[in-house]
Amino acid sequence: MAIHWTKYSAPSAFYPMAGRSLPWLAAGTLLLTAVGVYMGLFSAPTDYKQGEAYRIMFIHVPAAWMSMWLYIVMAAYAGLGLVYNTRMAHMLAAATAPTGAIFAFLALWTGAFWGRPMWGAWWVWDARLTSELILFFLYLGVMALRAAIDDRQRADRASALLALVGVVNVPIIYFSVKWWNTLHQGATIDFSGSKMDRSMLWPMLILTVAFWLYSFVTIFLRARCEILERERHAEWVGELLDNRG
Amino acid sequence: MGGYGLYVWGSYGVVAVFLALELIFLARRKQALLERLTALREMEEDKS
Repeated sequence: MAIHWTKYSAPSAFYPMAGRSLPWLAAGTLLLTAVGVYMGLFSAPTDYKQGEAYRIMFIHVPAAWMSMWLYIVMAAYAGLGLVYNTRMAHMLAAATAPTGAIFAFLALWTGAFWGRPMWGAWWVWDARLTSELILFFLYLGVMALRAAIDDRQRADRASALLALVGVVNVPIIYFSVKWWNTLHQGATIDFSGSKMDRSMLWPMLILTVAFWLYSFVTIFLRARCEILERERHAEWVGELLDNRG
Repeated sequence: MGGYGLYVWGSYGVVAVFLALELIFLARRKQALLERLTALREMEEDKS
């Protein structure tokens, strides 16, 4: 099946496509979250070393992964917007930032709640934690810069530039546990495979897909709002509003 | 949760609350936006 990706760079095509996808994405999110949380909290065995506290991993790792992945997605849209000057790319970059910021915050929060019982500290200025905190601030910076500039085009371009510059932080987060002596543990899963038992690996992977689908839901919802706001003078938006009754 | 209840539920609970709140805010933003744009459009149509 040929999918014409460039077709969806038109807001008038993206809006209905996102609308049709949303029920499916939402259903998938709910189903996988329910399965993943059940497996993570109840069916995965107790860890011999960390007891039940390790169960935080099942949401901590997916949240941290999503916070990094969404930053790359946001920066990619920002780059596309700068190079091709497409409105839809900028709208998607704007739609991605808040969800990315939430996942970065949740990675830090769940990390603190895991660090406290295991390390005896809510927070340490360790390379992994500090670079993730910088990621959170980068998201906030991109959002604040966009909000601070009234002119839409200038806001798009300025925040896109900041998003692109900040992308160097993502590999720093990923490799921080290798490059520096960190309190944070190293990668259990990398490109060569996993050192984790399957009963613990599955809930984590399922919740990663669930968080990813959730991100699609919120980004599509937010992108649809962005489209309506920016394209409100377009004929098709007028028709859509008239048909609301 | 073997004595770790505060930490485990404190993590899962806050994640659930934040993700749910984001969805609620987005649904409300869309609703308010549609109402505002519809009102604007009716005003513009009255003028012309």
